[in-house]
Amino acid sequence: MNITVRIWRQHDQTAAGQMVSYRVDGVSPDMSFLEMLDVLNDQLSAAGDDPVAFDHDCREGICGMCSLVINGIAHGPEALTTTCQLYMRHFNDGDTIDIEPWRSASFPILRDLIVDRSALDRIIQAGGYISAPTGSAPDAAATLVPKKDADRAFDAAVCIGCGACIAACPNGSGMLFTGAKANHLGVLPQGQPERHERALAMVNQHDAEGFGGCTQIGECTAVCPVGIPLDMISFLNADVLSALPKENT
Amino acid sequence: MEPLFTVGEPIQDAKAPAGPLQDQWETRRFGAKLINPANRRKLSVIIVGTGLAGSSAAATLGEAGYHVKSFCYQDSPRRAHSIAAQGGINAAKNYRNDGDSIRRLFYDTVKGGDYRSRESNVYRLAEVSSAIIDQCVAQGVPFARDYGGLLDTRSFGGVQVSRTFYARGQTGQQLLLGAYQALERQVSAGTVEVHTRHEMLELIVIDGLARGVVVRDLVDGTLETHLADAVVLATGGYGNVYHLSTNAMGCNTSATWRAHRKGALFANPCFTQIHPTCIPVSGEHQSKLTLMSESLRNDGRIWVPVQAGDTRAPGDIPKDERDYYLERQYPAFGNLVPRDVASRAAKNQCDAGRGVGPGGRGVYLDLADAITRLGRDAIEEKYGNLLDMYQKITDEDPYRSPMRIYPAVHYTMGGLWVDYDLESTIPGLFVIGEANYSDHGANRLGASALMQGLADGYFILPNTINDYLAKNPVGTADSSHPEAVKALETVRERLNRFLSIAGNRTVDSFHKELGAIVWEYCGMERNAEGLEHAVGLIRALKAEFWLDVKVTGMNEELNQTLERAGRVADFFELAELMCIDALHRGESCGSHFRTESQTGDGEALRNDDAFAYVAAWEFTGEGSPPRLRKENLEYHNVELAQRSYK
Amino acid sequence: MALHAAMAISGLIMILFLLAHMYGNLKVFEGQQGFDSYAGYLREIGQPLLPYAGALWILRVILLVSVLLHIFSAFTLWHRSRRATAGKGGWRYETTKNRRGVQRSYSSFTMRWGGVIIGLFVIYHLLHLSADVIAPGGASDSPYQRMVNGFQIWWVVLSYVIALIALGFHLRHGIWSAFASLGANKSVATRRFLNQLATVVMLIILVGFLVPPLAIFTGWVS
Ligand SMILES: Cc1cc2nc3c(=O)[nH]c(=O)nc-3n(C[C@H](O)[C@H](O)[C@H](O)COP(=O)(O)OP(=O)(O)OC[C@H]3O[C@@H](n4cnc5c(N)ncnc54)[C@H](O)[C@@H]3O)c2cc1C
Ligand code: HEM
Ligand code: HEM
Ligand code: SF4
Ligand code: F3S
Ligand code: FES
Repeated sequence: MNITVRIWRQHDQTAAGQMVSYRVDGVSPDMSFLEMLDVLNDQLSAAGDDPVAFDHDCREGICGMCSLVINGIAHGPEALTTTCQLYMRHFNDGDTIDIEPWRSASFPILRDLIVDRSALDRIIQAGGYISAPTGSAPDAAATLVPKKDADRAFDAAVCIGCGACIAACPNGSGMLFTGAKANHLGVLPQGQPERHERALAMVNQHDAEGFGGCTQIGECTAVCPVGIPLDMISFLNADVLSALPKENT
Repeated sequence: MEPLFTVGEPIQDAKAPAGPLQDQWETRRFGAKLINPANRRKLSVIIVGTGLAGSSAAATLGEAGYHVKSFCYQDSPRRAHSIAAQGGINAAKNYRNDGDSIRRLFYDTVKGGDYRSRESNVYRLAEVSSAIIDQCVAQGVPFARDYGGLLDTRSFGGVQVSRTFYARGQTGQQLLLGAYQALERQVSAGTVEVHTRHEMLELIVIDGLARGVVVRDLVDGTLETHLADAVVLATGGYGNVYHLSTNAMGCNTSATWRAHRKGALFANPCFTQIHPTCIPVSGEHQSKLTLMSESLRNDGRIWVPVQAGDTRAPGDIPKDERDYYLERQYPAFGNLVPRDVASRAAKNQCDAGRGVGPGGRGVYLDLADAITRLGRDAIEEKYGNLLDMYQKITDEDPYRSPMRIYPAVHYTMGGLWVDYDLESTIPGLFVIGEANYSDHGANRLGASALMQGLADGYFILPNTINDYLAKNPVGTADSSHPEAVKALETVRERLNRFLSIAGNRTVDSFHKELGAIVWEYCGMERNAEGLEHAVGLIRALKAEFWLDVKVTGMNEELNQTLERAGRVADFFELAELMCIDALHRGESCGSHFRTESQTGDGEALRNDDAFAYVAAWEFTGEGSPPRLRKENLEYHNVELAQRSYK
Repeated sequence: MALHAAMAISGLIMILFLLAHMYGNLKVFEGQQGFDSYAGYLREIGQPLLPYAGALWILRVILLVSVLLHIFSAFTLWHRSRRATAGKGGWRYETTKNRRGVQRSYSSFTMRWGGVIIGLFVIYHLLHLSADVIAPGGASDSPYQRMVNGFQIWWVVLSYVIALIALGFHLRHGIWSAFASLGANKSVATRRFLNQLATVVMLIILVGFLVPPLAIFTGWVS
């Protein structure tokens, strides 16, 4: 297939950027989307041009590194799929595909399609953990965890930290990401002691990073490649509301 | 012709205490010097890598009060390649009361490694395995549970006990998130600094001690020197030397190779594990291969058409025209033979023209019988995720037609040589996780890499590094030290060299070609003639690389081509050493199959009299043959036996 | 978060008011007397404990605080999400494809401008029916008369209809959102339930409010 791509090119954080069109010929339907970009980059390199910079690592849908807004949709048109797991067979010969970076004021663009997502790490630093110093743990079987809770924690824990939820949210809110972590740790018995403080600390950091507030639009969950459900945000909200009164005392 | 290598003095692990296996670790820990908490704050440790090994070590050392600087090339520590591990993690908990014990895990690991690993290390690994699970559960790792709320386990990788803990098909992800969260907790406590998007390009050695690293800020190209009292490498494996592997795109050998060039011995580089169940290559453009968990072999049957070149759809081939070759050749283990055996058998079938799919490089893994027996729902419950991933990639429905699989490079048992304390031959340089060669011998058992990474990071390194730090006051040095300046300059020159070649071929085209050579001659089967040939090919390609590679852009910017060029350049040197190592080891053992050394019916033939040693290689200078230093392996607790799966 | 809670609680208080208000409006079918005495009754609640119109004033104060809180939170949050998205919200991508996103509803992304329209309407509406400042169709002391006078003019009716549709959108998303903001959305099933609840309440309010003006306009009530 022959494809035209329009890609956001921007040299560095301070430079101005623009959409630039390229033609990619000989795309096979079995290529992944990123392999299509590899082909383009080979083409550009051979011509002595700077290849398009984009983040990726595992190419298996698990590391959360890949991050493209394809035709206006974070991670592209296939539901429950990361960019690296999207295949060209979902496009047609002759298509024009628009490719842009995650856009959020808290995700500065470093180059082309690469953004800085360290704000997400700082949300985790603020409280996204259970304090369990190495060596202090009781036997693993000492605490029973009902399967229901273990499953719920797992459903939340699969968040790959990609930031697509933020890229898609009209408010630029990171509450789905934050909610997933609050749920993962907050439903487990081990996570109870710090539960409400954790939620509050993470949300405060989330706000301090400059992410927008959530007005329950639900675009985030629609693009989330692992299907983190919207109720994770509500869970987080409930925990924060329980923590708020305590904060002032 | 110049010899490919020379032989030097043997080396020995001097740190494992004498005495019975089960007392060694206790004795060593007691013998190790302690540091008072107030003094720990004044000591700093650099940890390169944030995978299971690196994150767990950084969190634990930070917790202990050391000042830790951690580095990774990704944009967040949580994205280290450990995240991709699917199957599970072993631990000798014996929750199932099925006869498991530390001793059995130790025994299985030594045997699985085909008797090429050190008893002391392996025993210790088995000993601490149980504490790993406790630690992870306390951190909130959501392991699979049964309805009673207890931890669930499964059997994995052909062992007879159920000792593998798992979190659906995402065990590595969940374990890494646990370690990552512990790490971030220390960041907020102020004990750990994380430098993301920083790649280590050189080791700084001052007065014979490892003292720091040179890193490149991948965002703007700034070269930085960081100095500390000790350096830890946790940079993972080098499977990407093959270009196509199940590793993440950025996995590299640069950190370990640079340390090797500075004096750290590289052990058993040719021991690379090839995993039998990966999705086959679909075309020229392929950039990486995807693993399908081994657990599929519990229910899937592997077959090829009897008739070479049979192009019928699988469903049209009647049962009696199919060859269930593993079941035929290994009636006792059938489809569950170890990875190396299954991989080679698949290759043999394809070599004989019976392969299926594009290019004839694939065999069928068929779930049809299991679906008939257990029902589609049961299969979906067990393997749903995997089968969806397969469908996404291949656009074929694995519930209707058999999956196609083919072996792919997956794990590297080789790595920097370390002693019992996990210290390399450069004092003050410690190596943990997949980056060292320590525990798996010539072949790794499934679910043991995660165990080793976390054992090293949470429990072993934090108990041995203090001994070094307490005994070796290293004195102050800063980035103006001549050795640090020199290291920085070396890196700068090398980067400039890449940029000034301005040749005609892309970095990727070199990487592809290199990978094809290593795969062909140093892959599932090796022989002397092929390996010698490969050394010649690699040298020629390397020369061409340095004359004709084209690296666009400049250093002072985010430049992914430049990053790759550096990695590929190091792979060339490593690839050559791998072939030399494979060539010198004239036996078949574990993952290393030399066609010259096989039994009458084509099985691996080990030669314990000549090769029961670790091959540790010393760098002797650019263009000069590496020197082989042997560490003899002695077995007092297990009896060496020939593996048989018939 | 505190802002969201404020937003949600004040929004819900306003909805309670609307429900009561709508009930009141429906008294228009009881004729002038019924309606006006109801208006009078509102002012007599709590007497003699409270002065004339005391309870009404308490309610008015609560309502006013809610409105101010709601508007304040709305604008603060609006400002924050503009900052988070370089001022462009869901339209910050260059591409013109999929501007509507994958699944977001029309109501969810008209919350802010919809809210502003409602705010303007309320001012206009108070000047009209409550304070008797603008009096299309003739001023009167009787609220009933004011209504009947006003709603005989087509553009007055039209302005109310437009405002009510805007309100409908606002409530359709607002009610669901308020509960979710307060942490009530605990599962996929509750999510569905809350969304249905929002639609039902919205429809009740919409129809309830629309009936009187239309009835007057068509001459059913005069
Ligand atoms: C697909 C797949 C499935 C697997 N499944 C299992 C399983 O089920 N069970 C099991 O036990 N094992 C499994 N393994 C193996 C296991 O995942 C790895 O061996 C293990 O995770 C390695 O961990 P590590 O900490 O040593 O290194 P990694 O996780 O690879 O981390 C390497 C770190 O080093 C950093 N780094 C590398 N080079 C540099 C540099 N030059 N400069 C700066 N930083 C650098 C990286 O950024 C990264 O943070 C699997 C492996 C793969 C590929
Ligand atoms: C000037 C007038 C108004 C403005 C500017 C306004 C604005 C907004 C905005 C921007 C939201 C988005 C939700 C959020 O950010 O969390 C919202 C929510 C809401 N509004 Fe309004 N609104 C106004 C009037 C009203 C009125 C009159 C009502 C009810 C009668 C109402 C009920 C609600 C409810 C229930 C919510 C949901 C709260 C939540 O999301 O938590 N609003 N409003
Ligand atoms: C068709 C629809 C409506 C009609 C016929 C109507 C009618 C009236 C009348 C007659 C009054 C005066 C009552 C009195 O002074 O005793 C009034 C007051 C008021 N209305 Fe409405 N109204 C309508 C819709 C709305 C809507 C949609 C809102 C808000 C979003 C609203 C908000 C108010 C407020 C805040 C007051 C003042 C209450 C007070 O005096 O305490 N009305 N309305
Ligand atoms: S919630 Fe979903 S979209 Fe958001 S970071 Fe996690 S995985 Fe990505
Ligand atoms: S799209 Fe945005 S508004 Fe909330 S529900 Fe999702 S974060
Ligand atoms: S590259 Fe890892 S998730 Fe896409």
